[in-house]
Amino acid sequence: MSDATDPTRLAYSRAVGSPIELAARARRRGWLAYAEHYVLTMRAFRWPLVLQSFGTPLLYLVAMGVGLGTLVDRGAGTVQGVSYLTFVAPALMVSTVMMGAATETTYPVMSGFKWQRLYYGASATPVSPGQIAVGHLLGACVRFVIQAVVFWALIMAFGAGHSPWSILTIPIAVLGAVAFGAPLQAYAGTLRDEGTAFNFVNRFIVMPMTLFAGTFFPLTSMPVYLRWIGWVSPMWHATQLARRASYGMPESWWLTVVHVLFLVVLAVAGVTLARRVYTRRLGE
Amino acid sequence: MSPYVSPVIRAEGLLKTYRDVVAVDGIDFEVPAGESFGLLGPNGAGKSTTMRMIGGTLTRSGGVLEVMGLDPETHGPEVRAHLGVVPQEGNLDEELRVRDNIIIYGRYFGLPRSYLRPKAQELLEFAQLTDKADSKVMELSGGMKRRLTIARALVNQPRILLLDEPTTGLDPQARHILWDRLFRLKEQGVTLIVTTHFMDEAEQLCDRLIVVDHGRIMAEGSPASLIREYSTREVLEMRFGADRNASVVAAIRDIGQRHELLPDRVLLYADNGEAALDEVMRRGLRPHTSLVRRSSLEDVFLRLTGRSLIE
Repeated sequence: MSDATDPTRLAYSRAVGSPIELAARARRRGWLAYAEHYVLTMRAFRWPLVLQSFGTPLLYLVAMGVGLGTLVDRGAGTVQGVSYLTFVAPALMVSTVMMGAATETTYPVMSGFKWQRLYYGASATPVSPGQIAVGHLLGACVRFVIQAVVFWALIMAFGAGHSPWSILTIPIAVLGAVAFGAPLQAYAGTLRDEGTAFNFVNRFIVMPMTLFAGTFFPLTSMPVYLRWIGWVSPMWHATQLARRASYGMPESWWLTVVHVLFLVVLAVAGVTLARRVYTRRLGE
Repeated sequence: MSPYVSPVIRAEGLLKTYRDVVAVDGIDFEVPAGESFGLLGPNGAGKSTTMRMIGGTLTRSGGVLEVMGLDPETHGPEVRAHLGVVPQEGNLDEELRVRDNIIIYGRYFGLPRSYLRPKAQELLEFAQLTDKADSKVMELSGGMKRRLTIARALVNQPRILLLDEPTTGLDPQARHILWDRLFRLKEQGVTLIVTTHFMDEAEQLCDRLIVVDHGRIMAEGSPASLIREYSTREVLEMRFGADRNASVVAAIRDIGQRHELLPDRVLLYADNGEAALDEVMRRGLRPHTSLVRRSSLEDVFLRLTGRSLIE
């Protein structure tokens, strides 16, 4: 038996960095290791994911853009000077990617703490709880990017993206997903019992946000007393940005700055909060 | 133990309190390199709490704790890079393949894939899981999962392995396979820290152990020395029937050195169990069943706390 396969020589068979070296590597890149794990787990669901990444945009674009669009365009002519398909496509992209965030930062978080307890496995290594939180979100971002890229490609195929800047809708949709997902991840980290809370999030936050925050019609066509729903929702801010990039929707520059700031602040606050929640819970 | 070798783990007045509950009540211990050290006690004695403080995933409320000369609270990543941790509750990724569980765990230590691929193969051989390398974890039995957890914990070639209740919930055969693997690690000089509430496990695995109850150390020593110190050589176990056990005790009080009245049986501690049984019979007492056995750590625990380990 060679040294490499002799189990009695297990602990000496191969050189590994000193513990101090390993710890230094983990301090630098521990978040990346957790993201890698997350993506590896996601690979087990790659076919449903691919199917969904292509299927959802296709269904939305055909039903809303082409189907409903024909009706709208016949009645109103255009929305904000463009066809309904052009108007609604970037918004559908943003809302689809953000719904992905509502999935990736709820049940998998509950699983990490409670069902499979993967977080506890990682926290027994040099990786810190804060890095686990960031790694989880980063792993989820891989899905957001895939969804956004596929959606953008289909928008182009439908001829609904009118500016070369439309490629910016990809980072915009991902930023929107992080701005919504990070705070949600922090919240999910505080939950002890599964079930009803996530249904609540979907029914009373995601759904109203999609329906009333300027996805299918401009916020300005809603009564004034309902417009706050748009202003407080990351989806509206991301949608407006995406429209600006996709077909150059006219908007004053300061409003664009507000959209970006709103999303960045929400993302940073969410990540900070999530790191804190993870550190507290894994240290209990 | 050589006085010139500094201990790999040193605890002094180690304390953990949760609001009004004291989980670990100021315990002291030292573990020299290469020793197999046990924490024996019932559930809730503070064993797992102590383990988690060693790994720095739980902050202590007081006292001194050093692992390889480092404070786990201020040098968490460095301390955990030295350790292999086998937790009581499983946290393998059930959706990944067996091999990938080891590889991805190695990534947490910043280890490159070029090292991890052959290492995973070697650890699978050690854990006798080569046939299952490409199965999903959810297809494994309880004993296999526990072996995989141990294999995974060895990926960074730790010099200290923390095992929290390593064989709880396993059938006897699976336990023996696991003990055999742990023996091999011990032979290679890996320091084992084992918590258990099984006296046979403590006797099998530990060079030295502390008996803990309510967060305090009740006794310390090798399994043999603890038995010598706190129990007699032999124990006579007798069953007289649930309603008679108590009344019989009065009649045999002076036989042997000590006795314990348990709900289902009477234990009589004597260096010569057979002689004690003869004396009981001579007094006209007829137990339904009787058994003479050697003293175990169970008896030590009973003596120290007045309670059984498994209740």
